[in-house]
Amino acid sequence: MIRVTDLSKRFGPKTVLDGVSFSLAKGESLVVIGSSGSGKSVLLKCLLGLERAEHGEVQIAGLRNPQPRAIAAQVGMLFQGAALFDSLPVWQNVAFRPMRGTGRMPRQQARDLAVETLARVGLGPEVADLFPAELSGGMQKRVGLARAIVGDPPVLFFDEPTAGLDPIMSAVINALIRRIVTETGATALTITHDMRTLRDVADRVAMLHQGRFHWQGSAAEALTTEDAVMRQFTLGQVEGPIPTLR
Amino acid sequence: MTPTATLGAIGRATASGFGALGRFVAFGAQALGWALRPPLYWRETLTQLVLIGWLSLPVIGLTALFTGAALALQIHAGSSRFSAEFAVPSITAIGMVRELGPVLGGLMVAARVASSIAAEIATMKVSEQIDALRTLAVEPMQYLTVPRLLAATLAMPVLVAVGDAVGILGGWAVGVTRLGFESSAYLRNTLDFLEFWDVASGLVKAAVFGFLIALAGCHAGISAGRGAMGVGAATKSAVVLASVLILAANYLLTEAFFSA
Ligand SMILES: Nc1ncnc2c1ncn2[C@@H]1O[C@H](COP(=O)(O)OP(=O)(O)O)[C@@H](O)[C@H]1O
Ligand SMILES: [Mg+2]
Repeated sequence: MIRVTDLSKRFGPKTVLDGVSFSLAKGESLVVIGSSGSGKSVLLKCLLGLERAEHGEVQIAGLRNPQPRAIAAQVGMLFQGAALFDSLPVWQNVAFRPMRGTGRMPRQQARDLAVETLARVGLGPEVADLFPAELSGGMQKRVGLARAIVGDPPVLFFDEPTAGLDPIMSAVINALIRRIVTETGATALTITHDMRTLRDVADRVAMLHQGRFHWQGSAAEALTTEDAVMRQFTLGQVEGPIPTLR
Repeated sequence: MTPTATLGAIGRATASGFGALGRFVAFGAQALGWALRPPLYWRETLTQLVLIGWLSLPVIGLTALFTGAALALQIHAGSSRFSAEFAVPSITAIGMVRELGPVLGGLMVAARVASSIAAEIATMKVSEQIDALRTLAVEPMQYLTVPRLLAATLAMPVLVAVGDAVGILGGWAVGVTRLGFESSAYLRNTLDFLEFWDVASGLVKAAVFGFLIALAGCHAGISAGRGAMGVGAATKSAVVLASVLILAANYLLTEAFFSA
């Protein structure tokens, strides 16, 4: 479903990605961990075609280095800060794509779909007419999640779904992601530095370190491996190969 | 600094100035390209017509009122030096509709609209909303820039037309209360000497200014840097750019229209 070959990306003199390669089979759930600023969000943006990599190739749903528009119907994305459109009410955020482009839905049908999708992420119909600024961080994340999964795209990307949430809300969001991925059989790539997301969501884990996938393995192995970088990260230790001043 | 270093610095500043202008022109061309392609997001366009047009009316009205009033006083002061006070109504009207209406109106709308467009779009960029648009198969140029360009280009002539009328009324009020004109004579004098092209040229200017205002706002917003600093810098540069462009375009258009 997704194949990434030798992806490299620089910003000016700074190399962020330096030869990332992996592939992800249909229905698999990969969790990518890595310290802040290691390039996790940049990796997702390269996959989506939002940033152009200097080098390497991305294949998603049979398309090579696709433009965002070309894969929009195939891919749902939850952005790190939810990235809801503040000028639109919640339901129009959720139904944004179905309401536009070729084969767009009539307004009432789009609204019904939005309310239905909001219910799947645990939000009642009363939220539909609120504006994003009126919602708490956790609710914004849920709305972002609803916008990502509306129409059940076969590929889902989640960028730090639990960042900035309290532990209970984090557990709720993790459980939602797990359930959605299982129910829809979607291929999922989740970025996080939350160990609970790793435990709850991952079939497979990859560690982004120094611009590449330093370690890949199963979720269980991720927590027990002797690899020094992995141990420092999963245990949250100050001493180790990952620099703490960055 | 040594002379060569100074020259080098001037050269670099000039080059970066032209580079920025080049990017702005390229952005404008790109925006026009997107404007010609379907779909047109008419809901967004209507919203922008309200935000840019309707909500700018008070600003335009007040600006025109006081400007027309002051202009009548100044023209009276000037024309009385060679006993030509009778020309106050027509020269006030001509000055208003040909020059001050569009230019001052344009500058006021630039302050109000270019800044808010830039701040809104820059915030959308910083909070990844622009990226989100693209992943939802919507081209930001078409969804954000085109509706604002269209709305501003359509709204400005209407705003300036209203401003022209209010400005002439401001002159009339001063003429009647302070300068001893007879009310109906003032108005007749205004209308008798005002030509169609006086008004129309000002409205054409207004449309061009509206286009430049929205373009400057969108360009600054979309090319904003990261973080809150990026939003602040975008807002400032939008207002500065829009104002300078209005003044420059005003001179060029005046040359084109009236230099015989
Ligand atoms: N548009 C950009 N311009 C310049 N530098 C960027 C840009 N986007 C990201 N970076 C840099 O790339 C690095 C990785 O960023 P990011 O992928 O956001 O980290 P994270 O792993 O925390 O998501 C950071 O050092 C960041 O400053
Ligand atoms: Mg990130």
